[in-house]
Amino acid sequence: MTGMVSIRNLTRVFDVSKPWINRLVERRPKAWLTAVSDVSFEIEEKTVYALVGESGSGKSTIGKMLVGLLDPTDGSVEIRGTDLARETDAAKVDAVRRDIQMIFQDPFASLNPRWRVRDIIVEPVAARGGDTTGMAERLLEEVGLSARDAGKFPHEFSGGQRQRICIARALASGPKLIVCDEPTSALDVSVQAQVLNLMSDLKDQLGLTYLFISHDLTVVQHMADRIGVLYLGRLVEEAGPDALFENPRHPYTQMLLAAAPKLDDFGREVPPPTGEIPDPINPPPGCAYHPRCPLAEDICKKERPVMRTIEGTRVACHMAE
Amino acid sequence: MKEAVLSIRDLTVEIPTRHGILRPVDGVSYDIAPGEVLGVVGESGAGKSMAGNAVIGLLTPPAHIAGGEIVVNGQRIDQLTGEAMRRLRGKQIGMVFQDPLTSLNPLLRIGDQLTETMLAHLDISRTEAEERAVAALAEVGIPGAAERVNSYPHEFSGGMRQRVVIALALCAEPSLIIADEPTTALDVSVQAQIIALLKRLCRDRGTAIMLITHDMGVIAEAADRVAVMYAGRLAELGPVREVLMQPHHPYTAGLMGSTPLASRGKDRLHQIPGAMPRLDSLPGGCAFHPRCPRAAARCSSAPGPLITDGDGRAACWFPLDREGVA
Repeated sequence: MTGMVSIRNLTRVFDVSKPWINRLVERRPKAWLTAVSDVSFEIEEKTVYALVGESGSGKSTIGKMLVGLLDPTDGSVEIRGTDLARETDAAKVDAVRRDIQMIFQDPFASLNPRWRVRDIIVEPVAARGGDTTGMAERLLEEVGLSARDAGKFPHEFSGGQRQRICIARALASGPKLIVCDEPTSALDVSVQAQVLNLMSDLKDQLGLTYLFISHDLTVVQHMADRIGVLYLGRLVEEAGPDALFENPRHPYTQMLLAAAPKLDDFGREVPPPTGEIPDPINPPPGCAYHPRCPLAEDICKKERPVMRTIEGTRVACHMAE
Repeated sequence: MKEAVLSIRDLTVEIPTRHGILRPVDGVSYDIAPGEVLGVVGESGAGKSMAGNAVIGLLTPPAHIAGGEIVVNGQRIDQLTGEAMRRLRGKQIGMVFQDPLTSLNPLLRIGDQLTETMLAHLDISRTEAEERAVAALAEVGIPGAAERVNSYPHEFSGGMRQRVVIALALCAEPSLIIADEPTTALDVSVQAQIIALLKRLCRDRGTAIMLITHDMGVIAEAADRVAVMYAGRLAELGPVREVLMQPHHPYTAGLMGSTPLASRGKDRLHQIPGAMPRLDSLPGGCAFHPRCPRAAARCSSAPGPLITDGDGRAACWFPLDREGVA
């Protein structure tokens, strides 16, 4: 297998300062929010790499940097050896961009209500001047809708059908890599099952690679070949689904798995996790998880743990064995 | 069974429109006993929230209760006037909504919101109400409750705000709490904390909880009994373990099959074909029949008959057998 995406020491900092006049009056310094901090991972071709984490963990920010909607503050995103943010050869950038598409969470917000479905779907190709004859009809059938739907408007469809239209649009330019940002979070379970099955089928048929961003551990376990767990913008653990769910090594992953509701565990009484995600503007020193960690010792408060590989699992924890 | 806190009989909610009458809730009956958590599940448009809103009298006109009765602590409440309902709401029935930010007044300190509720419903002095407000916040697990009563809602995180809303729902000591998707807007770790809190309150105080959610995992974890709704009707009702693991109704079985489960590995998920029908074009007979693998001719002519099995019941012509039960 070859690497499709290579992310190295990726960091993104946002300026969340108040307006300068407020800062002057209240004597406050500028405020910086580190949404993604020194994250490195690779995505192999034709695999599903999932990023999981709670709100504010930086998973969507990574997805946006990957497709080029945001520029990295530091570090690099290389797609097939091309660094989109630094490459100067326009033809090369264009060729790589053609291979990337994105599916968003909210199918109600990501389709233009004034456009017909046909125009929405062929837009990625039409914008580059490609031939689009019959393309919308073919794609609609591929995602399980009817060719006649091409003339309709988005409001005539349900949430699950709209997400299928979003998938058809993402497929139009014949991409190799699709970034899916919470693609089923807005859908009901029975519709979610339809969309997840469709995504798996398309991946096998077309040889796609997915970066799958989700907060839902069961969905991730079902879809992913490799899972990265994020906490406060840092990658804390990365492993295959079996290793991660059976033998989580980072205390945060362990907490997350214990907290997720289980369908086959009735009336379970477990002590719920303590604390909440700290303020990302002033993250705790050392390991960001140490204030909530049951294993934390002095070193965790002082030194940020480096990523180590233990039996195929990458984990950033001083205590992991 | 102890006398039910809430008892709903044949509840029907109608919305008159230009194109005819819609029935988002159609002939639903269930009871909730003291100290019991009844989970109400269903997909969007199943009528689960509409049934909850009918109970607390918060239906938005033109939606109205068109039939059936709602009895809370022995008192029939579906025909009460607005003023009588207002006195009951908060006192006997507490409410927790999905979004904690919109349930709190952003301009009032949370201590004031709590005391205001207590003074409206309980016969106590302001000083006593203020003491109780601190106690209520401490009970729902807000650290430093004595100082935090003076904070505004925006100063709390999402999970803490939901705790405040729960404290607010509890402060007049109602016997029933209706929690409509209380953890949907929260992260998993915070969700686990809120579920544990609701269960503890339920056990310690004997409060009955109607937990409305679309998340089967939350139901499995928190509920004692579960009611599965489909297109405004009750598809199945029973003890949570039996309904989720050995469902009678094909819709419940389909829902469980579509949920990704650790034990199933990466096999394809079971799909229920089609989508929930729109209210203005409900199929005749059993509303689920166009999507049902077991449907036959008579499913389209009349709704499924109610079959009972121990504490459970299901509305289906061709129910799935439960192991060991005929």
